[in-house]
Amino acid sequence: MGGGRVRVEMAATAPHDRQYRALHAALLGLRAGPALILFLLVVVVSLTTPVFFTSRNIGDVFSQTAVIAILGLGQLLVIITRGIDLSVGSTVALSGVVGAIVFLHVHSTVLVILAILGVGVAVGLCNGLVFVLGRIPHPFIVTLASLSIVRGLALWAGNGTLIPGMPHAVDTLGGGTIHWLPYSFFVVVGLALLTLVGTTYLVWGRWLYAVGGNPDAARRAGIPVGRVLVTVYVLSGLAAGVGGLLTAGLLDSGSPTAGDLAELDSIAAVIIGGAAFAGGRGNVGNALVGAFTIGVIRNALNLHNVNAFYQLMAIGVVVLLAVEGDVIRGYVETRVRLARATRAG
Amino acid sequence: MTAVLSVKGASKRFGAVVGLDDVDLDVRAGEVLALLGDNGAGKSTLIKALSGALPLDRGVIEMDGRRVSFHSPAAARNVGIETVYQDLALFDNLRPSDNFYAGREAAGPRWLPQSIRVLRRKEMAATTKSTLERLQVRLDDHGAVGLLSGGQRQAVAVARAAAFASRVVILDEPTAALGLRESRRVLDLILRLREEQKAVIVVSHAMDHVMEVADRAIVLRRGRKVGELVPNKETYAQIVSLIVGGGA
Repeated sequence: MGGGRVRVEMAATAPHDRQYRALHAALLGLRAGPALILFLLVVVVSLTTPVFFTSRNIGDVFSQTAVIAILGLGQLLVIITRGIDLSVGSTVALSGVVGAIVFLHVHSTVLVILAILGVGVAVGLCNGLVFVLGRIPHPFIVTLASLSIVRGLALWAGNGTLIPGMPHAVDTLGGGTIHWLPYSFFVVVGLALLTLVGTTYLVWGRWLYAVGGNPDAARRAGIPVGRVLVTVYVLSGLAAGVGGLLTAGLLDSGSPTAGDLAELDSIAAVIIGGAAFAGGRGNVGNALVGAFTIGVIRNALNLHNVNAFYQLMAIGVVVLLAVEGDVIRGYVETRVRLARATRAG
Repeated sequence: MTAVLSVKGASKRFGAVVGLDDVDLDVRAGEVLALLGDNGAGKSTLIKALSGALPLDRGVIEMDGRRVSFHSPAAARNVGIETVYQDLALFDNLRPSDNFYAGREAAGPRWLPQSIRVLRRKEMAATTKSTLERLQVRLDDHGAVGLLSGGQRQAVAVARAAAFASRVVILDEPTAALGLRESRRVLDLILRLREEQKAVIVVSHAMDHVMEVADRAIVLRRGRKVGELVPNKETYAQIVSLIVGGGA
């Protein structure tokens, strides 16, 4: 009797369990998807282009991807809180131009670096304060406005042209290498570690995800939502300042057209990497995987002599696929929830 | 037994609309008090006032006989009142332990500003686990709350309130969106809170649930308290009549 009952129960629960396990496996697959795609991409490109896996080319990929990765780390924080920062590309330009102007007047490496980073922080602070204190429903319009204002300021300050000259240390940071590894790679690693610590181990990081997950509940829980949002835009601005520093070093000048469309690259990196555009979900790995996916695609197409126009289209298609992957992930998560309810019932 | 939480003469107006009009309420330790009434009766207004989300125009709130005033939900929480809102106010993207501690994270060192303190994640996970075990809620702390079923989510919200409420737990429509089995589990959870000598205030439209768990019921209509009864089979019709305005 007892054995019979056990068999009946097993027969009743086994399909639920199988379905639950299958859904869970699908969810794990979707979570690991972006990293797996990057890995496959690297394998395929290495097999089709022997040049790809040479130390010099890998160094180039790191160098070309560094600014996208750094902007992506800042953009990640913003996107986790359900926001967007469209001003980062313009901030790259303005910070470089201001740095070049400071260098024209004062030959101080420290002052130039402080000026470049200070511009980033100032733009981010303005974005954050206008968004929070102005009670604007979404930061899209705020940062769209600052995209235009800041780019205009860069063109005005630079008189529409390149301002040559940067301190040697800035040039080295932006364009120098240790053997084949660019210094900018170490800047990316350093910032990624700082972002990882901030988002994973600090109270601020927990607040960040809480604000992105449920802003109303965050307010009711006593989390200083406004302050968290302002810090997020300041850090995104600071990341843009670091991006400006590396770009100015690479160009040995301040260019008012630098960072053109970099805001879109940074958003694409975060989304391709697997963070949720709707907010609340994403990590440092997502931003880095996304940035390097963009970098590897561009490099591979360059190595195959594919027209640059096609590169833009390829990145666009990958972004669409990533967003669709996010939609599928949401669908699978709902199914997992239902399967859990069925199992619990 | 003296009341843990008392409200005397609570009044609140929203322009010309009367939200609450001279309402008195007492709730004791180890008691489940049901707050009943039709839509617009003033239940939510009273709950919001008790949870610090809405200041009263007039009236006194007392905890253990001492007058208190709440300017924010945090102030109410500080004196031991926790509220489970109808929308649960959960963070679907975070684990149960992160939900438990959102806004009051265990972190150090204390000399650092709160936002840059280092999280004590093991301590938070252990406390969450022990609270869930104490309340006999079976779920692990590894997945996001968004992946839990409706009943499990409700259990997380109630357990969070139970973990931090030293005196009073307020539950707003705790079984509204749940099926039979999941409602049963939440009702058991409410009874466990009573066993733990918490004062529990339940707002509910589900009369059968009220009959089962509540020791006392207060009926509000158009912002006024129109009745206070012990809910049972004999008083059922009277309670319904008070709710719909048919007179006692």
